[in-house]
Amino acid sequence: MEGLERILRQQRFFAEFPAEQSALIAGCARNHRFAAGQYLFHEGETANEFFLIRHGHVALEIAVPARAPFMFSTLGEGEIVGAAWLIPPYRWTIDARAVETTLALGISATCLREKCEADHHLGYEMMKRFLPVLVNQIHAAQLQILDVYGKH
Amino acid sequence: MASIETAAASPPDPFIPQIYRVDSVRRELGDTVTLELMPLAGKRPEFQPGQFNMLYLPGVGEVAISISGSKVESTGFVHTIRAAGAVSAALTRLEAGAKIGLRGPFGTGWPVAAAEGSDVVIVAGGLGMAPLRPAVYDILANRGRYGRVAVLSGSRSPNDILYRPELEQWRRRLDLDITVTVDNADVDWRGNVGVVPTLVPRAVLNPQNAMAMLCGPEVMMRFTANALRDAGIPANRIYLSMERNMKCAIGLCGHCQFGPEFICKDGPVMPYDRIAPILTIREI
Repeated sequence: MEGLERILRQQRFFAEFPAEQSALIAGCARNHRFAAGQYLFHEGETANEFFLIRHGHVALEIAVPARAPFMFSTLGEGEIVGAAWLIPPYRWTIDARAVETTLALGISATCLREKCEADHHLGYEMMKRFLPVLVNQIHAAQLQILDVYGKH
Repeated sequence: MASIETAAASPPDPFIPQIYRVDSVRRELGDTVTLELMPLAGKRPEFQPGQFNMLYLPGVGEVAISISGSKVESTGFVHTIRAAGAVSAALTRLEAGAKIGLRGPFGTGWPVAAAEGSDVVIVAGGLGMAPLRPAVYDILANRGRYGRVAVLSGSRSPNDILYRPELEQWRRRLDLDITVTVDNADVDWRGNVGVVPTLVPRAVLNPQNAMAMLCGPEVMMRFTANALRDAGIPANRIYLSMERNMKCAIGLCGHCQFGPEFICKDGPVMPYDRIAPILTIREI
């Protein structure tokens, strides 16, 4: 547990959590190693774990019938994969695939949601960190929709 | 009456095109070519990275195109041109040996000398690498004078990456950080997917001593400038290359007016702090 807590605190996303809250989060964490091509999760599955990338790259995709999957974002070291665990009905709406061998911390969503309900300070700290991730993803998606490099 | 000597020493009339020959044509992308142009008479004028020329095809028209080649590796002008309108499309159809008119160079250049001693972040979107490439050449020619140099390049898809072989060559250098991203890709692409501004936080390590140079679609530059500001780079150390419909190229006709500025003579390279208030005015 001490090892996971130390790894957690080395990550920018969790770096400024108070020690007691880091310990609470670390209690929900475990290490993962994904081989290149392996999926972290698929669309439609229950969002019972989200990930913080320690090393490697993860592609976010949407499967399109009769076509190759549409890849709309890649995430790298220090970035969070997945926000659907925050919002009922806690179901992934995209696929996440390791582009290369990827090491990640997985945080159990069920475990963390329970701790956030029990400790609203922890919940608030989590929301303060997740909201910028979500807003930045929305801004990036808006810019992507503009297709700025196309002929207009 | 001016003597022959004084007439020869006078700069050419900026309204009169000089004749250049297309020395070579290189197809970069489906709709984009690079032309190397040699003067029929005399020497190519000196230029600064970031400046542009007016290229003229008799009977078709004239268009402003950034210089995209090296000052030292070519004795002519190198221009990368995308077929966008009637003139640029006609330019992309030229073959070696064709002759065209050229006025220039015009406008302001990248602050390559002012960036000495600093980290440099170069951000290109789409065809934006064309005006930035001469700045990269200058920096690489004097690499020891700069701190960390990062080049971020964004394209629509892997098939639209301009100068891909050169980017791959630069990536092999140990003194240059090259990051390429595309807006979308299929699963065969092993690189980054996402818009250019998302690359900025990873590229800026020492913001107070960094200078940024941006070129691409204006929306992309606006968002990227915001990301660079968020990363801590002062607004007066962020430079953008602006684009407007240029005609005379010397600040007389007003076609390229941008608020109180004329892009052709006050730009195209302009500091962000000077133009930021104008960038978000819809009517401009």
